[in-house]
Amino acid sequence: MTQQFYVSPEQLMKDRADFARKGIARGRSVVVLSCREGIALVAENPSPSLHKLGEIYDRIAFAAVGKYNEFESLRQAGVRYADVRGYSYDREDVTARGLASVYAQSLGAVFTAESKPFEVELAVAEVGLHPGQDHIYRLTFDGSIADETGFIVMGGQADAVVEALSGRWEAELDFAQVIRAAVDSLSYDAGTSGEPRARLDSATLEVAVLDRDPLAARGSARAFRRLPAAEVDVVLATDRTSS
Amino acid sequence: MPEDAAAAIGRAASTSFSDYIASQNPTALPSARNVGSNGSGSSTELAPHATTIVSLTYAGGVLMAGDRRATMGNVIASRHIEKVFPADMFSVLGIAGSAGIALDVTRLFQVELEHYEKIEGTRMSLDGKANRLAAMVRANLPLALQGLAVVPLFAGFDTTRRIGRLFSYDVTGGRYEEQEHHSVGSGSVFARGALKKLWKPNLGEDEAVKVAVEALYDAADDDSATGGPDVVRQLWPVVYTVNGAGNRRIPERSLAQAAQEIIASRSVSGREA
Repeated sequence: MTQQFYVSPEQLMKDRADFARKGIARGRSVVVLSCREGIALVAENPSPSLHKLGEIYDRIAFAAVGKYNEFESLRQAGVRYADVRGYSYDREDVTARGLASVYAQSLGAVFTAESKPFEVELAVAEVGLHPGQDHIYRLTFDGSIADETGFIVMGGQADAVVEALSGRWEAELDFAQVIRAAVDSLSYDAGTSGEPRARLDSATLEVAVLDRDPLAARGSARAFRRLPAAEVDVVLATDRTSS
Repeated sequence: MPEDAAAAIGRAASTSFSDYIASQNPTALPSARNVGSNGSGSSTELAPHATTIVSLTYAGGVLMAGDRRATMGNVIASRHIEKVFPADMFSVLGIAGSAGIALDVTRLFQVELEHYEKIEGTRMSLDGKANRLAAMVRANLPLALQGLAVVPLFAGFDTTRRIGRLFSYDVTGGRYEEQEHHSVGSGSVFARGALKKLWKPNLGEDEAVKVAVEALYDAADDDSATGGPDVVRQLWPVVYTVNGAGNRRIPERSLAQAAQEIIASRSVSGREA
C-alpha cells in the first residue's frame, strides 16, 4: 500500500481556493446593480440560450459565473428549494436570505468534503418595495456569504470592472442608466492595460431586471424579466450624454 | 467513480415539481390525503362543493367563467368562492367538485407550470399542460372513489397553432379535447343547453362574456347548487379570457353590466321558463 504524503490543512485549503479562483477568473464578468426602479443584472454572454442569469422566485433572481454545469445545477436546486418552500408554506415565506444560506451550506460542504471545489461564484438578489429593502448576497466557492449594498461584480477581471463602475453607478439611476453604466464598465474586463475594449452590443450581452412593482407594471407577481435583444439595443442606443 | 452516468440523465429528465415533491415530501401532495374508509354520510355534506364552470371559444381565444356558490348538502357554504384561476400566462382552469381538494390541485398545478418554466427556460406546450393536469386528476382517483372528486376544465391559448383550445377530464384522468364550448359541474346540463343556443362561431370578446354569463344564469335558474348574479351583494361570476396577449380577468363593471342586461331583458319578457 502506498503511503500518502502529508499535506497540511492550510495548504490543502489554499490549493483548493487557488484552483477555484483560477476557474472563476477565466470567464467574463457579471454585474448585479440595485437602482431606483429595481435590480438590474447584466452579463457578458455570447450564448442566447445558456444563461448566466435566471429567475428563482417571485422577487428573487440568480446570477453566476464559473463552470456552467456546476452553477446550472445550483440554480435548479435553488428553484426547487424556493418552489417547495413556497408551496408548503406561502409565497411570501420564500426569501433570498433563506436561499443564500442554503447555498452557502452546500458550497461549503463541497469545498471541504468533495475531491474538487465548485468553480463558481453566485449572486442571489431580492428586490424590495424600496431600494433600502433590496438584498444582494454574494456567495463564493468556499461557502462564504456576504450581504452587499449597491452593486456587485463577479468573475473575470472583476477589480477593473468595479473600478470603472464605482464612478458611474448611483442609487437614484433608472434601469436604462444602470444598464448602460454596467455595459460600459464591462468593457474594462479583459481590456489591455486598463484600456477598455469596444463597447459590447446586444449579441454578446445577457440582461435581466427585477421590477420593483411588477403587479402594477405587468399584472404579475413575478418581478424577473429577461430583456430581449431589441430592448437591449434601444437601451444602449440612447445617447449617453442625455442620461 | 460516481453512480451510473445514465441514471443522472434520467433524473434530470424530470422537471416536474409534483414528481419532485412526491419523492421528497409526499404528504404535501393533495392526493396524499387519507380520509379513511367511507363511513356514514355523504361527502357532499362534509365539505364544500364547487359547481358550474362554463368555457367557450371566441374569435382569437377562449373564455372561462364560474359562478360564486359553494354548497355543503343543502346549505350554501360560500357566496364568494372563486372557481376559475389563471394556471399560467396562457392558460386558465376551472374546478368543480370537492372544493378543498380542487383548490389544492389548482395550487399544485400552478407551481408545476411555473417550476417547469423556470427550470427549462421555456413554457410548456398546451398539450403538455393538459397532460400534467390529467396526471394530477388521476392521482386523486382514490379520493374520488370515496366521494371527493375533482373535475377540472382546462382552457388555454395554443401559442404554436394560434388558437384557443379547451379540455375536459373525468375522475380517472381521462383527457378529452372539447370543441366550441363545454361545461362541468351540477348545473352543467342546463348551461350546456344555453351554450348550444347562444354560441356562434367568431364571437367577439364582449359577446362571449355575455354568452358565458347567460349560460351561468340558466344553470343557476334550475340548479340549486349554482349561484346566480347577486345584485344585493354585487357579486358577479369570475370570468377569464385567454388570447395571444395572455390571460385577463374581466373587470367587475363589465360583468355587472352583462348580468344586469340579462336580468333586465328577462324581467321585461316576464316569461316563466
